[in-house]
Order: sequence, then structure tokens, then C-alpha cells
Amino acid sequence: MAGPITVLVRALILGVALMLAGPAAALDVEEEFVLGQGVAASPLRILSTTDVSAARPFLEAFHGANPDVPIRYTVASTISAYDAIAREKLSFDLVISSAMDLQMKLANDGHARPIPDSAELDAVPRTARWRDLIVGISVEPVVIVARSDAFAADEVPHTRRELIDRLREDPERFRGRVGTYDPATSGAGYLFASQDAAFGSTFWRLAEVIGRLDARLYCCSGEMINDLADGKLLVAYNLVGSYSRARAAEDPRLLVIEPDDFTLQLLRTALVPQSAANPDAAVRMLNFLLSDAGIAAINVVPGQISVMSAPSGRLGASRTIRLDPGLLANLDRIRKDDFLREWTAAMVQP
Amino acid sequence: MTDPARGPGSLPRRLAAVGLGGSLQRKLIWQFLAAAALAAVTLFLAIRVTADRAAEAAQDSVLAAATLALSEGLLAEDDELDLDLPPTVLSMLSAMGEDQVFYRVVLQGRTVTGYENLALPAAIPTGGEPVFYKTSLNGTPVRAASLTRTILFDGAQTDVQFALAQTRHGQAAIADAIARRAGFLGIGFFVLAVPMSLLAARAILGPIGQVADGVSRRGPQDLRPVAERVPPELAPFIAALNGFIRRLRLAHSRTETFIAEAAHHIRTPLSAIRAEAEVALHEAGDDNIRTRLRRVIRSAEECSRSASQLMDHALVMSRSDREVRGPVELGALLDGLIASMRPTADLRELSLRWRRPDEPVVVLGDRLLLETALRNILDNAIKYSNPDDAIDLLLEVSGREASVSVLDRGRGIAKADLASLAPRFQRGENVRDIVGSGLGLTMVTEVSDSHDGRFRLEPREGGGTCAHFSLPLA
Repeated sequence: MAGPITVLVRALILGVALMLAGPAAALDVEEEFVLGQGVAASPLRILSTTDVSAARPFLEAFHGANPDVPIRYTVASTISAYDAIAREKLSFDLVISSAMDLQMKLANDGHARPIPDSAELDAVPRTARWRDLIVGISVEPVVIVARSDAFAADEVPHTRRELIDRLREDPERFRGRVGTYDPATSGAGYLFASQDAAFGSTFWRLAEVIGRLDARLYCCSGEMINDLADGKLLVAYNLVGSYSRARAAEDPRLLVIEPDDFTLQLLRTALVPQSAANPDAAVRMLNFLLSDAGIAAINVVPGQISVMSAPSGRLGASRTIRLDPGLLANLDRIRKDDFLREWTAAMVQP
Repeated sequence: MTDPARGPGSLPRRLAAVGLGGSLQRKLIWQFLAAAALAAVTLFLAIRVTADRAAEAAQDSVLAAATLALSEGLLAEDDELDLDLPPTVLSMLSAMGEDQVFYRVVLQGRTVTGYENLALPAAIPTGGEPVFYKTSLNGTPVRAASLTRTILFDGAQTDVQFALAQTRHGQAAIADAIARRAGFLGIGFFVLAVPMSLLAARAILGPIGQVADGVSRRGPQDLRPVAERVPPELAPFIAALNGFIRRLRLAHSRTETFIAEAAHHIRTPLSAIRAEAEVALHEAGDDNIRTRLRRVIRSAEECSRSASQLMDHALVMSRSDREVRGPVELGALLDGLIASMRPTADLRELSLRWRRPDEPVVVLGDRLLLETALRNILDNAIKYSNPDDAIDLLLEVSGREASVSVLDRGRGIAKADLASLAPRFQRGENVRDIVGSGLGLTMVTEVSDSHDGRFRLEPREGGGTCAHFSLPLA
């Protein structure tokens, strides 16, 4: 993929800076990536929950096509990204997040501005957008990642039920070596867990089992995969497909499992916040991401599929999380407290 | 503004002489169009309002069901609240038009979950039935439903208020779509009304045009009452017109009768004067007296001629508006006429040469009038010819026309006189020395007009006059 454009763009990359001053001051920034510094125009400021490594191909492709638009790409956790817009009213031009419920809440509560109609936007499947406020960018499965030595070759679990059985069969082997998101601190983790729970009782049984095995809870997928690679974990439940596939592509010890009973499909969505100072550039970026060049740049990352090239509908075990105000029920204070109480009860067992 | 329905008549030219007010047709069309526009707008508004109401009622019932579902999901265990809020309840509200959804649960004046800034209705509902109201949240207008339920909370029955609100993009979209169709319907209705109102106005005003056309097409002597069938609304107008025509005809006919009577009364004593003078001439020996007597005879002759013409003219006037037409064979008619005129011509030593086709030449007309007209033409030729001249008569058929030409070698007419000779009592500049009334050519023109024919005088090559009288063949 390293064409002349990327070479040109690389020359413009001035580095990755952490904790920069400016609009991100009150934001817990994880990573920042700048393209086209020195270009006089006001930059396109993107607040995203997608790691730079997964975003870089499309950012560079966009910058190659629009060298007049400098980009500042800020990575934060889903919850701090939501807070930055909803509570702190920080100014960003585009918010890309995997927490569909939080994105929905931003749009529902009037923090998003309408995206002008375009041919690209029109082509987006109806299930992957909500009004003219939220647009899906990519689809990725929510997967189980295991070390290849965690299970015997013929005992690799393909459903949640099989996973429960494996864990129960050999509790000593798995004690302290099962990981998942902490729904209390991770927005995406809470979304996955609550969606899982909505599909039946298996989730809570699994929660009981991994709670008894002293599961380790993570805020972020990166750490979880690192621990898997290091061998601290044997199994990680509900990981985002893109990171997992990317790591598994480099590390043969990692095994990505899409459960056959059902696999949640997560939409990574984008919206233009009301606080945007440069909404035109944001719309250009959105239209680019939905164009052929953008689709190619998204699909280049393993496990990450553009909404434009994803198979539509609920094929086989795929369960695309519905992008509508039903997601708001997830975020209900009482329901969330309830859910977390239940979760804690499952995790902390006497 | 040539209107083919009115034919090529001279109505527009005549209209110029009429004081014109506002056009009835235009007024009618404007009124029709105004009524159509009003109907179209009313139609549009009625559909738009009905669609809006229907869409609102449909969405309200969904909102009510969702509010009930929300309220039923709240349970309490001692002082722990448990809300079972199925996502589908919220999804359902958004389904119609991807609407935004807001809710709020208030217990003992405290918002326990949902949007604290979602207003409850002014009057807190007391029953279990949802109350609908409109409010706005962060500047977004929303439709909301609210109800109160009692739960056992901390050992006591406690009222809980539930409110559920949604934007109504879906409703607006449906109402807009229907309104757009209603708009097209209204525009279509109006567009259709344009030609319809034109047709209607024309149909209503058509009879007026027909009557006007009929009247304006009439010949100058046609004083028949208007007999066209007209709508009762036009009857007073036609009655007035017919009354006027009747009075006019009466006056006209009185005049003509008076002239005919007068001429008749003059002719009889003139004959006596002439007879007496001729006797006196015969007996008189004095040349001087003989000359005077000859003058008397000649004057009496001319006078009698004029009286005859006056009678002829009165005849033409009285007959031209009557339907006494029939087939007339011009050849035979001319044969008779020439036979009767020959003595007069012989007297002046004029020769009459007469040529006609072998087959009969038949026209449709009043035999008496045609004969009178032709006799006047011939009489003129004889009167203005010099002795020993020849007069040529020609009957020809060319196309759909029969024409009679009378050619003499008289003194002819000056070009300047040609057009002015037809009116009554006009005579050529060069015939002041010959006695004549000036009625002859007037009468001929009137007969030719009333028979759709043509009459014209031309100077003849080599001196003299050529008179052409032509009529359409039967």
C-alpha cells in the first residue's frame, strides 16, 4: 500500500505527541497524530476511539487527496470522548467512536449537527445510519481471542456454551487468566456486555463462570491483547475484531474466534458535533471515508470492514447492534446501576 | 383577435364604434379561476390538516403504549428501584422517522432516571391514562405523554410520574409527503380548471356572439326580426332589438309606400299632360308654340320616367327583405326585356345586339327585382347613347357566376365618378344636361347586393361604358 502518496504524507508527519495543550487539555488523551502541520488552513480535529494504527491508512489517504486540510487526530476512551463533547463542550469537528450507545445519546440529545446530503451518504445502508446525524464507518465483529495453546486443537470452543464448558472443565488452568472489558470503566465493554445480556441467559452464566475464575477486567483492548500475547491471559472475551485480527495477523499464538451462536457486529460511527469549528472539512472526511478510496483505506486494516463493503443484514450468526434510540435504554441510570450491581455480584464471589 | 366562430364578418370593425366596458368573458374566466383557486387551496389545506391529525393520532397511540410500557417496567424493592426498560420501547418510538426520544421518571419530586430537563405537563396527571402535551427540550420541540403510577416504595404507596417524549420528524415527513401530493392535486385541479373555465365562459357567452354574428351578416335591407334560439337570459335583449327592428321596418315601409304612392299619383296626371300637349302640338300652327309644346312633352316624359324609377326603387326596397326567391332563367328574362325595350331604342335609332349561350343560365333570385335592375342598366345605356350607336348585350357564364354585360358607346363616365355613382340621387358630372333621378344605379347596386352579386361600371375601350352585373349560379 506504500504508494507515492504515503511517501509524501510521511514527509509531512511531524510526530506523535501526547498530552498536547489546546482543546484537549481537559481530555484524557491516549494518542495524538498530526498530518500536514505547517499548512495554514485550520485543521480538521478528529476525536476518535480508534487507535492511530487502525486509522492511519485512511487518514493518510484522505490527506493525500486533500493536502490543504491539516489533520489533528486525537484518541481517547469512549467515555472520555463522550464527556468531552456532552459535558466539557470541547470543540472537535468529527467524533468517531465504537460506543454506539454513547454516539446515539450525543445525537439524541442534540449534540450532533446534520450532515448535508451527498451521493456517498445516500449509499450507506439504512441500518448503518441514524437520520442525518450518525453515519456508520466500519463494521467489525466482537470476538473471543484465545492463545492457540489454551485449548487442545479439537477442543477450541466455537460457542459461548462450549467456552463455559472448557472453563469449567479445567478451572485451575484458567484461574486469573481470563480477561474481558470492565463494563464499569469501558463504554464499549458495557455496550458489548449489555447487548450480550439482551440475547439470552448465556451471558450471565458465562459471567458467573469467569467471575469464579477471578477474571481480570480491562479498560482497554490494547492492554488485554498485550497480556494475551505475553501469556498472562489465555482467553479474552468480547474483544473488538479489528485489534484482534491485526495482532493475530502478526502473532500466530493468537486465535480469533467468532462465536457461532451469535457474533455481535459493532458499528464504528461518526458524527459532526455542534461544537465543530470546521464542519465542512469533517463532511469532506466523511464523504471520503464512504468513497471507494476511503473504503479501500479502511478495509486494509485486518478485521475492519467498511460499512459499504460489509454483507448487509443479519447473515448467519451476525447480530449487528441496532443503531437507534433503543441504545439509550442501555445508558439508563437505573438500568446501568442494576446491570453493574449484577455484574459485580458475578465477579466478586465469596 | 380573429375568432373563427364569428366568421370573417365585419364585427370587430363595427365594435370599434361601440363604447366598450369590461369584458364579460374575462370577468367570467377570472371568477371561475378564482373559485377554482379557492377550491384548490381549500382542498390542499383540508388534506394537509387531516393528514397531520391522522399522523399525530397514530403516533400518539404508539407513544401512549410506550409510556405504559415504561411505567410498568419500574419496580421497587424496599428503597431500591429497578427499571426494566426494554430497548424496543425506545426503538419503537424512533421507528417512524428516526425520531429523538427522551424520558424521565420522577419519584417524590426527584428525577430518578432519564432527562431532568424534560418538562412534565402543567397539570400533573393523576390517573393511569397518559396525558399528551407539547413541550421543548434543549430547543427541540417534542410531543410528550405523561402518566402517574403508584408503586410500593420504602414501605409506602408512592406516586411516580413518567414522561416519554419524542420529536415528530416522522409525523412531519408523512404530513409533508401527503401535503405534497395534496399540493400536486390542487395544482392539477387548478390547471384543469383553466381550460374548463375558458370553455364554460365561451359556452355561456356563445349565444351573444351568434346573435351578433347573425345580425351583422345581414344585408343592408334585411329587417327581419332576430329568430335565433337564445337562452332566456338573452331574451330581453333580443326582444328589445326585435322591437327596434319592427319600428324601423315600419318607418321604412311607410316611406317607401309614400314614395310609390306619390310617384303613381304624379304619373297619371303627367300622362294626361303629355296627351293634351301632343294634341295641342298637332293642332298648333305657330312654330314658336310648337317648340314650347315639344319641350313640355319631353319634360313630361322625363318626369314620368323618374316617377317610374321611384316606383321601381320602392319596389326593390319593399321586396329585398322578403323571401320571394326562385330559379330565374336569365336568357329568357333578357329576351323579354330586350323585346320590350326595342321600340324605345328604335325611336332613338339605336341598334341592340344581343348574345347569349345556348344552354339556360339559371340563378336564384327575385325575378321582378332582377328584371327591374337589368331594365335600369339597359335604360341607362339607351339614354346616354348617341343616335345610330349600337348597344351590345352579353350573357356569359364563367365559373360559378353568370354575368350580364351591357356595352354602349355613350359619353362614358369619368374614373372619379365610378365609386360615387351608387348612392341615391348621385349623378355623373357629365350628364347634367340629361334628365335623370340618380336612382337607377343605386337600385341596381341594391339588387345585386341583396342577391350576393356584384355590379360595376367601367369605361369601355374606344369610348362608352361597360356595365357588369353578375350573380352566383343557382
